[in-house]
Amino acid sequence: MTTAPTAELPAAFAELRDAFLEVPERDRLQLLLEVSYELPPLPARYADAPELLERVQECQSPVYAFTEVDDAGVVAFHATAPEEAPTTRGFASILAQGLTGLTAQEVLDLPDDLPLMFGLTKSVSLLRLNGMAGMLTRAKRQVREQLAARTV
Amino acid sequence: MPAPTDPAAKLAEYAHPERLVTTQWLADHLKDPGLVVVESDEDVLLYETGHIPGAVKVDWHTELQHPVIRDYLDGAGFAALMSAKGITRDTTVVLYGDKNNWWAAYTAWVFTLFGHPDVRLLDGGRGVWAAEGRELTTDVPAPAPVDYPVVERDDHTVRAFKAEVLAHLGHGPLVDIRSPQEYTGERIAIPDYPEEGVLRGGHIPTARSVPWATAVAEDGTYKTRAELDAIYTAGLGMSPDDDVITYCRIGERSSHTWFALTHLLGYTNVRNYDGSWTEWGNAVRVPIQQGTEPGTATGAAPQGMTA
Repeated sequence: MTTAPTAELPAAFAELRDAFLEVPERDRLQLLLEVSYELPPLPARYADAPELLERVQECQSPVYAFTEVDDAGVVAFHATAPEEAPTTRGFASILAQGLTGLTAQEVLDLPDDLPLMFGLTKSVSLLRLNGMAGMLTRAKRQVREQLAARTV
Repeated sequence: MPAPTDPAAKLAEYAHPERLVTTQWLADHLKDPGLVVVESDEDVLLYETGHIPGAVKVDWHTELQHPVIRDYLDGAGFAALMSAKGITRDTTVVLYGDKNNWWAAYTAWVFTLFGHPDVRLLDGGRGVWAAEGRELTTDVPAPAPVDYPVVERDDHTVRAFKAEVLAHLGHGPLVDIRSPQEYTGERIAIPDYPEEGVLRGGHIPTARSVPWATAVAEDGTYKTRAELDAIYTAGLGMSPDDDVITYCRIGERSSHTWFALTHLLGYTNVRNYDGSWTEWGNAVRVPIQQGTEPGTATGAAPQGMTA
């Protein structure tokens, strides 16, 4: 597949993208599995109050995620997905590693086709990549909502 | 030499007991020569997290489907795939997977397109094996390549295309395996799944709605012979010699019902329409029925169409 013009991605996303693109296509799923194991557990305040999380309807597995912006305008992304959905956990983990620590504006500036940049379009069905796009879309909306609530 | 048939009492009731195995039987026969266990999952990474010892993986997306055309691999491709998995034409293949064997049944159906003689499903799939605390391993076997003949795909016996489905309307039963909301047209994707680019909602006229999960018990194993007969034979007024077509969204859930009708109830002429709703719901000028009624073969034809 010809790669799209390289968008300027924040460092964490760029590193992950390069890590995926550097390995042969057949090894990228294995890398996604390794990344899936790095999905951090939910912070206790969410683990104890799952209603604070939002169901990601675009995902084939029950995925719950929430993006928060702290007082300094720095974003953190939390997600949980079942053990038997490693692909989904891998996508959530990419987002957790890439989004957390960005500024709100950096999150809003991310390209919407980010999920297509990891070289996985042949080994993972488009339907699944849509799930990652769904998580990203929701993360951006949640950031926008929190910024709006602050300026009122 | 095919592996022996699982003698479990529940299986003996089915029309073809040799097509299903229980977890206990599989555990006892894992090391049998001439038997290969194959995992096919919806989640393409699940096998890598742990699988039944000795099992190889068949990825429906990258290994069974044609990379460009909406079709399956050809005879040479299938022979190469089987060879790489250590499967000969005489091998007993036991398939299992996640989601109560949705994809395992789909793989079984694709194997049947090439007439692989001995294809079985693990009753209840990965879920039951794991729930029973049976062994899973991340060791990936590296089978030595074996010889597998090039057998041309048979696209007629168990596969139906759109034109055949159109010709079938009014002449035989159609079973729609999707969720009730997809059947009525209220939704165009599985509840909780993303909408997937289908332009019209509803069902193929005359199709009866029997969501795939109707065929399984709570643990994901197939219901008993008597229960399945009550659902399909008595419930839909079908008989085992009827010409039946099953469909769903892309043909994977309907493979699970195809398997039940063919192997568990002994229906002799069941075809799976793999184009399914993602083709029909996008096709120009095919008849569509919305709502809970099956509709009639002619009643839903668009004006000007001679059905």
